[in-house]
Amino acid sequence: MMRLVDRVRAFLGPEMAGPGFALLAVIVFFSLVSPQFLSRATFGSVAFQLPELGLLTLAMLLPILTGGLNLAITFTANIAGLTAAWVLKSNGGADAGPLAFLIGCLLAIGAGAASGLVMGLVIAYTRAHPILVSLSMMMFLRGLGEFLTRGGDISGFPVFIQPLGHGSILGLPVPLLIFIFCVLIWHVLLSRTQLGFNTYMIGSNIEATRYSGINTRRVIVLVYTLSGVMCAIAGIIMLARFNSVRVGHGESYLLITVLACFLGGINPFGGFGRVIPVFVALIVLQLLSSGLNLMGANQHLATAVWGILLVAVMILRFAATRFQFFKRKEG
Amino acid sequence: MRRIIQSHATEFALLAVIAVISFVLSVATNTFFTVGNAFDLLNSSAVNIIFAVGLLVVLIAGGIDISFAVAASVVQYVTAILLGWMGGGGWLSGLLIAGGAGVLLGAFNAFLIHKFRIISIVATIATFNIYFGLLMFFTRGVSIYNLPDWLTDRVILYEREMADGSWIEITLPVLVMVICVIATWIFITRTTTGRQLYAFGDNPEGARRFGINIGAMQFIAFGWLGLMAGIGGLIQAHYAQEVVPNALYGRELDVLAAVVLGGARLGGGRGSVLGCVLGVLLISITQNGLNLAGVSPFAFKMIIGAIILVAITLSNTRLERLLPFMRQQGSRG
Amino acid sequence: MTELAKSSQAPLLSLRNINMTFGGIRALKDVSFEVMPGEVHCLAGENGSGKSTLIKIVTGVYRPEPGAAIEYDGQTYSHMSPVTAQAAGIQVIWQDLALFPEMSVAENIAFQTVLGRWPRVISYSRMHEIAVKALARLGVSLDVDRPLKDYQIAQRQIVAIARALIGDAKLIFMDEPTASLTQSETDHLMDIVRTLSASGVAVVFVSHRLAEVLEISDRLTVLRDGALVGVYPAAGMTQSRITELMTGRTFEYDVRSREVSANPVVLEVEKLSRPGLFEDISFTLRGGETLGITGLLGSGRTELALSLFGMLKPRSGTIRLEGKPVRFSSNRAAIAAGIAYLSEDRLSLGLIQPQSIADNLVIASLDRVTSGGFLSDDRKRALVAQWIADLGIRIGRQDDAISTLSGGNQQRVAIAKWLATNPKLLILDAPTVGVDVGARAGIFEIIAKLADSGLAIILISDEVPEVYFHADRVLHMAEGRIVNRFTPRDCTLADIEAAVYA
Repeated sequence: MMRLVDRVRAFLGPEMAGPGFALLAVIVFFSLVSPQFLSRATFGSVAFQLPELGLLTLAMLLPILTGGLNLAITFTANIAGLTAAWVLKSNGGADAGPLAFLIGCLLAIGAGAASGLVMGLVIAYTRAHPILVSLSMMMFLRGLGEFLTRGGDISGFPVFIQPLGHGSILGLPVPLLIFIFCVLIWHVLLSRTQLGFNTYMIGSNIEATRYSGINTRRVIVLVYTLSGVMCAIAGIIMLARFNSVRVGHGESYLLITVLACFLGGINPFGGFGRVIPVFVALIVLQLLSSGLNLMGANQHLATAVWGILLVAVMILRFAATRFQFFKRKEG
Repeated sequence: MRRIIQSHATEFALLAVIAVISFVLSVATNTFFTVGNAFDLLNSSAVNIIFAVGLLVVLIAGGIDISFAVAASVVQYVTAILLGWMGGGGWLSGLLIAGGAGVLLGAFNAFLIHKFRIISIVATIATFNIYFGLLMFFTRGVSIYNLPDWLTDRVILYEREMADGSWIEITLPVLVMVICVIATWIFITRTTTGRQLYAFGDNPEGARRFGINIGAMQFIAFGWLGLMAGIGGLIQAHYAQEVVPNALYGRELDVLAAVVLGGARLGGGRGSVLGCVLGVLLISITQNGLNLAGVSPFAFKMIIGAIILVAITLSNTRLERLLPFMRQQGSRG
Repeated sequence: MTELAKSSQAPLLSLRNINMTFGGIRALKDVSFEVMPGEVHCLAGENGSGKSTLIKIVTGVYRPEPGAAIEYDGQTYSHMSPVTAQAAGIQVIWQDLALFPEMSVAENIAFQTVLGRWPRVISYSRMHEIAVKALARLGVSLDVDRPLKDYQIAQRQIVAIARALIGDAKLIFMDEPTASLTQSETDHLMDIVRTLSASGVAVVFVSHRLAEVLEISDRLTVLRDGALVGVYPAAGMTQSRITELMTGRTFEYDVRSREVSANPVVLEVEKLSRPGLFEDISFTLRGGETLGITGLLGSGRTELALSLFGMLKPRSGTIRLEGKPVRFSSNRAAIAAGIAYLSEDRLSLGLIQPQSIADNLVIASLDRVTSGGFLSDDRKRALVAQWIADLGIRIGRQDDAISTLSGGNQQRVAIAKWLATNPKLLILDAPTVGVDVGARAGIFEIIAKLADSGLAIILISDEVPEVYFHADRVLHMAEGRIVNRFTPRDCTLADIEAAVYA
């Protein structure tokens, strides 16, 4: 029994306190002020909005754990979406077959991986600051995308890909299932593989990790490549959901993904943090915006409240460490 | 001379790159290398340079700020509304209100960072969302076009027609920009407080042992950026002749890239006003040149992104080649 | 100055009845401490003996408990404050120097001129002048307009001393001043201290290792567990006597040096060179043998170890492991071939301080806790538990951060981390740095046991007694070359010390 408790605790981790508390507070608050809050409609809107932001947050998570940042995630997703769209368009547009879509997805993932690979190589071999490298990659990809699309939309895709954005299996939206699947993959990757282990170690001290015989450059390159792959998955989901690709779509998510990571207890300097608390933090963010929506507010107010929530959680964490400090002093 | 080049390597590298690009562009187009175009460039870069020197101060003190561009938008609205209440106002009252509001928004960041020990990137990403979300919520995304006349009228301080038919114009934004640049330069290189900021960014623990007031450093650095953001916001409203709530959204990352390209270090202690100005100019010269050369405007950002990526890669590779050598010397044991 | 001359003077600083308690722990118990004007004084004690607490009381960082009497330069204080201490001419040169690497040397030295609450205009020419003058007083000339980061650690220390002097210092504390200096740099520092002492400035060396500074010191104060052990004349004092006073124990080691020529050869190094770092290094090492390498900082010991570990490529020469020539492309290849290297810098290179004990222990042998491509938590815990038992490591929980352990226990985890890779050759670079004298014996017991089990060990240390007592053979390196070879069972400690400190 104790062992089970320990396992559960290990699964949740100490980072769970902040998002867990916030989740409870949000559910209690909104169910008190709005009777429609605890309903299928709320669940539906959260379930459909969660995946895009969620997948991009997963893409942001790995670089932050190594002590870096990937500011190119949204435009990597756009470019991947464009790649898939291009394959579909050149194979008949709305009449393209499943094979074309499959090839499109593979090429999209390849494009995402390539963006991550280049950043990873530059960061690993030149030790340039990840913020800078990913920022310039972001500008490059944005420019590339706008250049290719001339700032317009690309739309007109086959009907059979729509379920990927709108369909449900057993009452659960397909994008949500894909997202949960990716969350689990990331969880296993970080807690059960050597790559994950090394990601944490690099985040705490890259030189000591190298001295311990870890190929730190390889890990950095893989981390950014995987981040790019996750962006590509997000890009394909966006393509299916909107039935169009526009460069700049999802741009406003960029800093929200960082916010979600910090809210989920990821250490801003790297080395510590888990996937599940970030997942919970993402649910909190979506519940907040759905709840505010019910009360008649718009997404912009929700954005402000997200920011306030992050400040509140950081202040509570600060207060908690203060409190512990005083307790230790007395004892 | 050699020492000056060594100690200002980034600035000279930027100057060299600017010279090369200018040369190529002046060969490729016949409109680039004109005095008139140079002044156009200054006019259009003024707001970004004002933002950049403000951000430089925060970077030197070891922080980072994501929120300043949306803070500038908030300042534009606050100033426009207050001026409306006051029944017009003028440049002096406008600058005072904008600067004051900017300082307050910057000080709020410093408050979170200092009082609750939230690291600056977390705190300013939070305030970025708060400022922008509230701004869009309260304005409902509506722009303001009926600004006071004094704010929208172009103020030309000096103009002259050149022999080649182009016009030289020095406008108010350029004057304000020059004042901000000089003020920042004096502040960070010629005053004790400025040197304390460098020391704090370079070695916070060492600065603490000297009794430097850490809280004051945060408030001064973020307050200075807030001041520049406020002034920059007002000037941008003047330049654009309207106030649009999301006009400056995303500008923070462009300015950050330019400042770091100019030699400021994320992490503190290093950076110069000259490098910072050159960093902004390099980007706008490239953009301007590509424009004149008839390159599609959609390709600008791609080319600029690629240039920065290559610049970072090259400058760090050079350091990396030197570093192992230096490290062995430093840790001979 | 002679002892006699000094005793007739009033002390510059006199502390009496100093008590200090942190969270229920008595950090200082009724300590007295005296420094004469112009004296060179040593303050010795192990980590946690109360040395740094004492400095912080003198400089006003802490207030002693009531009842304390501080007399300084004829005035009586109940406590100091940082401002009064600085104004009165008390300066500390911390081990990390607290300098600003991006700023110029002049600005670092004249940094006090930029302090103050209200902004003032600064004058670079005045800073330049102050800096040149302060350096001249030390008999040093540096280009003061260059940024400090262009200079090596020894010159930076001089900058820190110069900075202390512009405040018209009468009393300077130097925290672990020789820890990162080479012999010639230490000699230069000693010259500077002599100059200071002659001009009437008192200098207090604070360290647990004082062999280098004894000859120019007048007196020695020893602390142990927060209490005063005694004050002794420095003349005739030796490092081993100081160690005895600091720990309250005598460490009588037997010379371990044995004959191992029957064992198979593990490592052969022949004419290994990397110009500028080490040159023409040749030696062989057998299984079960412990080879000591000693030499001062800058002798090339660590660089040699790093090149055996694949992290620094030699220009010429050969390395043979069990008879086969090897050429490592990285330390991963070296680890795979059976070489392990315990770094001298445990805090920033040896262990990942914020991470857990368990993760630090398994990081170099992840394959052993991986099954079917996934890390196994059970295997990891079992492996860690086994090593913790084998090496007698005292820990709380496996998930605690490694930084919560004492230096000795951290070092045991670091050794376990490398033993878990199943090495044929273990290179231990300064394994007792930052380990209390009392805990060092435990580390050497482990090393002896490992050697008995057949492991080939290279033991690098700049403390000559460590290699004398614990190694089978000793190489003495200086300026990148092997200059002497000793066999401890056939020579005395003094023979080696004479060669090393000559």
